[in-house]
Amino acid sequence: MTGPAGAAIRLDAVRFAYPGGAPVRFDAAVEAAEIVAVMGPSGAGKSTLLALIAGFETPASGRILIGDSDVTGLPPARRPVSMVFQENNLFAHLDVAANVGLGRSPALRLDAADRQAVAGAIERVGLAGKAARLPQALSGGERQRVALARVLVRDRPVLLLDEPFASLGPALRQEMLALVAELHAERRMTVLMATHQPEDAARLAGSILFLADGTVAGTGAAATFLSGGGPQAFSRYLGDRRIDVARPRENDRDHGIARKTP
Amino acid sequence: MPVGGRAAAGATALAGLAALIGGAGLGLAYAAADDWGGALDAFDPYLLRVARFTLWQALLSTLLSVLPALFVARALARHPRLPGRALILQLFAVPLALPAIVAALGVLALYGRAGFLAELLEGLGRTGWPGIYGLAGILVAHVFFNLPLATRLLLESLESVPNDQWRLAAQLGMGGRASFRFVEWPALRAALPGVAGLVFMLCATSFTIVLTLGGGPRATTLEVAIYQALRFDFDPARALALTLVQVALTAVVVLALARLGAAMTGDASLPVAPRRPVTRRPAESAANLALIAAALVFVAGPMAATVLAGLGADLMRLAGEAAVRRATATSLVLSALAAALCLVLAFALVAARRALELARGPLAAPTLFERATDAGAGLVLVVPPLVIGAGWFILLREAGDVFAFAPVMVVTVNAAMAMPFAVRAIRPAYDAASARHERLCLSLGIAGWTRLRLIDWPSLRRPMAMAYAFAMALSLGDLGVIALFGSDAVETLPYLLLARMASYRTADAAGLALLLGMLCLALMIVSDRLARAR
Repeated sequence: MTGPAGAAIRLDAVRFAYPGGAPVRFDAAVEAAEIVAVMGPSGAGKSTLLALIAGFETPASGRILIGDSDVTGLPPARRPVSMVFQENNLFAHLDVAANVGLGRSPALRLDAADRQAVAGAIERVGLAGKAARLPQALSGGERQRVALARVLVRDRPVLLLDEPFASLGPALRQEMLALVAELHAERRMTVLMATHQPEDAARLAGSILFLADGTVAGTGAAATFLSGGGPQAFSRYLGDRRIDVARPRENDRDHGIARKTP
Repeated sequence: MPVGGRAAAGATALAGLAALIGGAGLGLAYAAADDWGGALDAFDPYLLRVARFTLWQALLSTLLSVLPALFVARALARHPRLPGRALILQLFAVPLALPAIVAALGVLALYGRAGFLAELLEGLGRTGWPGIYGLAGILVAHVFFNLPLATRLLLESLESVPNDQWRLAAQLGMGGRASFRFVEWPALRAALPGVAGLVFMLCATSFTIVLTLGGGPRATTLEVAIYQALRFDFDPARALALTLVQVALTAVVVLALARLGAAMTGDASLPVAPRRPVTRRPAESAANLALIAAALVFVAGPMAATVLAGLGADLMRLAGEAAVRRATATSLVLSALAAALCLVLAFALVAARRALELARGPLAAPTLFERATDAGAGLVLVVPPLVIGAGWFILLREAGDVFAFAPVMVVTVNAAMAMPFAVRAIRPAYDAASARHERLCLSLGIAGWTRLRLIDWPSLRRPMAMAYAFAMALSLGDLGVIALFGSDAVETLPYLLLARMASYRTADAAGLALLLGMLCLALMIVSDRLARAR
């Protein structure tokens, strides 16, 4: 299966507020098959944005479009969207195969083709031989791999990642980012990833959607933003974690000094 | 590790409980030594029949309460934004605070031979409603109490499902059945043994309901038989035999449940605001709403009947009666003291258990002492208050005027009786707070009183206030110990109420029931508000 190419996402004057929370207003456009890092301080509305696109929350006003269709009023299951949370992605009492299989049939009625797809996805994310394990017997990274396998069998044009690797160590995070990059290269789905890590954005994202105080405070190429060429507010948010995307390993804070040779 | 202080507090609390139960045991042993032949003779067919009925009604009550509660809780969980949902849940909290004798009167006022339902049927031309004494009455009253309790506890377990899992279920497109199978049932199943066990214990040791609604020797439980043996027949030997059977029965049940529910761990997750997407078909929504409505009518019915019947009484005259005023004051003072003692006991046990758990580390097996602090709460349920009262009644009879000890007995036994509820309320909050703060407190050197005031109290204030309200309401409405120890000198409201019922002053009883119910309710509301306000 080649899978559907990604779908563009558009938020038109979307307004929303949690009861007793600060109101948010989003206007944004993401192109099909793009990888976008959603960044911004805690409380800026990153998770809210993803929850609105996924359909867990309904806007008070405004429209959300995925591809050509208005999904504003659709329930989560009818949207062309998969989501991976930071944790709790798996049902603790179901083994890996069942957790992935739920992506094919929410009642777990799987035919032979489904089972094959499930087995293939489990192998694809590097968990071959672990299909019968329960989540408690998996490491944190492996659990997120299971969640990604489910994303594969669901095969939806949009993938939302809500700080999915925030609780993993640096090496594991690198591995997971590489896996997401590979899956994206194969499936070309549109990816929105909420993250606090500039390295994540540098590694994966083509562009950055910067949120502040419940609204989109800037968008642009990740390379530009991360090397300090974005809005002032974004550079302040980054602090001294500016990254030259061409050489992602190096943390050259000041180009002027870096260039000076002794 | 600063285990010492908390462990010592726990040890003291356990010693107090042991003294209370041990004293009762001593009394019973004395009775046995006095007349062991009589005690042996008391194991007769009558006792067997009473024991069988006790189990049978408890089993039926548990099934009738917990099975519907599973589905009512699920319906409530799947309608997180139902208008009036919070109100329904508050209403479901009322029976727990409502004295059994008030509920019994409410059930009678609604379904009794001269109740509102009989009137209604008569209006429709159908006479001869048989009333509701006996097993039917006991079951209705028990379900009235325990259906809302089980619903709330099971809903709590559903609310502990991480919000992301509900979101996941919604995204994967799980319908009612799949969601039940993968999300709801695993959470419910984990809570079920504990909830069913609690309900069974409450029903197996229920005294007031059976006393007032049983209506005769055909529907008598062990507890009521003990009361009758002591208070009317003055037959300590028979009381001893009955008590032994009662303790053995409840102990067996508790052990069985401990086996069943051994895998249960207290959940330390914070309560999530019920903000979750749920995909429902119209048919499921309709079924859920019908179920919630039916449960609501069933629970609200006896309450409404209590109010209506109470308003029919001559309330002004009642309020002016010296006996009523004296009983009210006595009730308030004794229950306030009992609730305070109850919280001290519960907190000591909870803190000690946690401290011991931390000291041993996650891998070592819990010591006997830690298990005692854990099971100490349950132990009180094994030895019902009336049994404790019975033991002390026999013992104190040798020491002089039994009835002079009424205040002490009521306060201590009621405190012990309410303790399991207080532990239930406090422990999750305490353990969660401890998990978050324990190391920080260690590193900053915050311990003892300072820690209690600065660290523990803010997170415990709300559950403590709730526990105090429950404990006081329970004790305010209790008719167990006071039924044994009560006299003209020391009368509480429930005791007075029972006396008026016994002398067929039904209107007076209804008025007093309204007063007592209102007191308990007001207490709960005030404390709930206090707990909410910061």
